[in-house]
Amino acid sequence: MAKWQTIKPENKALAWVEERLPVLALVSNVVGPDTPTPRNLNYFWNFGSLAGLMLVVQLISGIVLAMHYTPDTSLAFDSVERIMRDVNYGWLIRYMHANGASFFFIAVYIHILRGLYYGSYKAPREVLWMLGLVIFLLMMATAFMGYVLPWGQMSFWGATVITNLFSAVPVVGEDIVTLLWGGFSVDNPTLKRFFSLHYLLPFVITGVVILHIWAKKVSDSGNPLGVEVQSSADQIPFHPFYTIKDAFGVGVFFFVFAAFIFYDPNAMGHPDNYIPADPLVTPDSIVPEWYFLPFYAILRSITFDIGIPFTDIVIIPAKLLGVIAMFAAIIILFFLPWLDTSKVRSTRFRPTYRYFFWFLVADMVLLTIVGGKKPEGIWPLLGLIGTAYYFAHFLVIMPLLGKIEKTLPLPESIAKACAPKAQAAE
Amino acid sequence: MSNITNTIEGEEATRRDFLHIAAAGGAGVGAVMAAWPFIDQMNPAADTLALASVEVDLSAIGEGEAVIVKWRGKPIFIRHRTQAEIEEANAVDVAALPDQQSDADRIKSGHEKWLVVTGICTHLGCVPLGSKSGDEKGEFGGWFCPCHGSHYDTSGRIRKGPAPLNLAVPEYAFLSDTTIKIG
Repeated sequence: MAKWQTIKPENKALAWVEERLPVLALVSNVVGPDTPTPRNLNYFWNFGSLAGLMLVVQLISGIVLAMHYTPDTSLAFDSVERIMRDVNYGWLIRYMHANGASFFFIAVYIHILRGLYYGSYKAPREVLWMLGLVIFLLMMATAFMGYVLPWGQMSFWGATVITNLFSAVPVVGEDIVTLLWGGFSVDNPTLKRFFSLHYLLPFVITGVVILHIWAKKVSDSGNPLGVEVQSSADQIPFHPFYTIKDAFGVGVFFFVFAAFIFYDPNAMGHPDNYIPADPLVTPDSIVPEWYFLPFYAILRSITFDIGIPFTDIVIIPAKLLGVIAMFAAIIILFFLPWLDTSKVRSTRFRPTYRYFFWFLVADMVLLTIVGGKKPEGIWPLLGLIGTAYYFAHFLVIMPLLGKIEKTLPLPESIAKACAPKAQAAE
Repeated sequence: MSNITNTIEGEEATRRDFLHIAAAGGAGVGAVMAAWPFIDQMNPAADTLALASVEVDLSAIGEGEAVIVKWRGKPIFIRHRTQAEIEEANAVDVAALPDQQSDADRIKSGHEKWLVVTGICTHLGCVPLGSKSGDEKGEFGGWFCPCHGSHYDTSGRIRKGPAPLNLAVPEYAFLSDTTIKIG
């Protein structure tokens, strides 16, 4: 862990406060001039700060929306329409929040793929990685409950389908679902508890984000070479170098974000959610938000029971197996630090694994497409193949390849590879 | 890092200084512009503003009676004054009042029998009694505030008690002899 530097401000009042509560030192040591950071971080390292920024955007716009929204089945839909039509800039703030969820997931998915490619999950960063996955799970829960709040057709039927997943749990499944609903179908009690939790969870996420950043401070940032920092020649201070680089990234990211908000705010939504919820009519096709599609595809891909061969005894019915597969798809990522047996962190030096990494990305894209299609024709088969490959990647390819792959030679140090002059000056 | 600081803190203003100030200024303006929608959303929404005026039919209010209507969430007293009450309001020496206003300034000329005032005591915001028959009307026959004992006369002017100002006259207009529009 990098040394913790104290700060003595010249201003006496500031120095007095700093001595008693070193907040300036906290900032300086985490994102400031006293934060030595690998000098070779590329633009993929921007997405952590972008995800953090999107959390702030969601918190601010969400708190404002809660000032105008009414969590009651008879009023929810109309209160959202009132936000769109009557509240000053309500349309802007709601579109920010709805598209903000998508852009939060875009930032987080790129952040996770960055970690996968450069081996950010490997020792000593396992806890840092797992805290990130906890944030990801909390985000999924928050986004799902948020999508229910407008009480449109997709809200209602999405809530019905997802809560029904728990009915697959043996013996107590139905009781769990009744407990989640607070009744015998998705209804007013469900909406109210979802609103309460949708407001709560972002603050839980904020707490885990603080732990995530703390863990980053302890183990230091990784870097594209995957070689640990050896001397100060390998490093530059976080401020001003990466604060400016992050700020530039924010400019670019917000440019695209704004383009969606102002020119195509419903591109990532579903038109059926502008129809008020009707418990008696299910829409033609239920599609989750795009960021859930790969996991939705995995859930639907399992259509067979697991039983004892040549008998009629079913050990795990298809419905339960699908749910298990969906949750396992994320839980498996917690074991990545041990499933990956390679001693080399960065995929840059793993010529064979590099192909498999992009196969995995292609597989996720395939599952995303399958998740958005009706389960008919070729799609269920593609979904099953995609699901099988997803698990094979983590359970077969990663452990085996790490042992047999011939990796490229690693550079001696970051400075030697990226800044020979700085190395000489040292 | 010291060599970097030196370039920035040269003796004369450099192109780099200009870029710093321009970038920070641009970001600052952007932040303020982005903040405005989040502040303005707290102002009254379009549907709230749409309800900002009400029309009242006066024909059902008999002489000597008063009604209370709600306008922008506040009570409005509409009083059909008797001839005696109008004369009483005019007979007062304006110079002796705490809040000097003649009765003529508080009504629409030609409609002397109608008094329209906001029913909120100017002391601390209670609703004075006196609009309903049987209400305590105070020493001057207008309204009496039960909270801290302010007395208003038949023109809604403060005459006695802690309130500093007369009952406010809202913005209103006669659409016909028997209809007014408040707001």
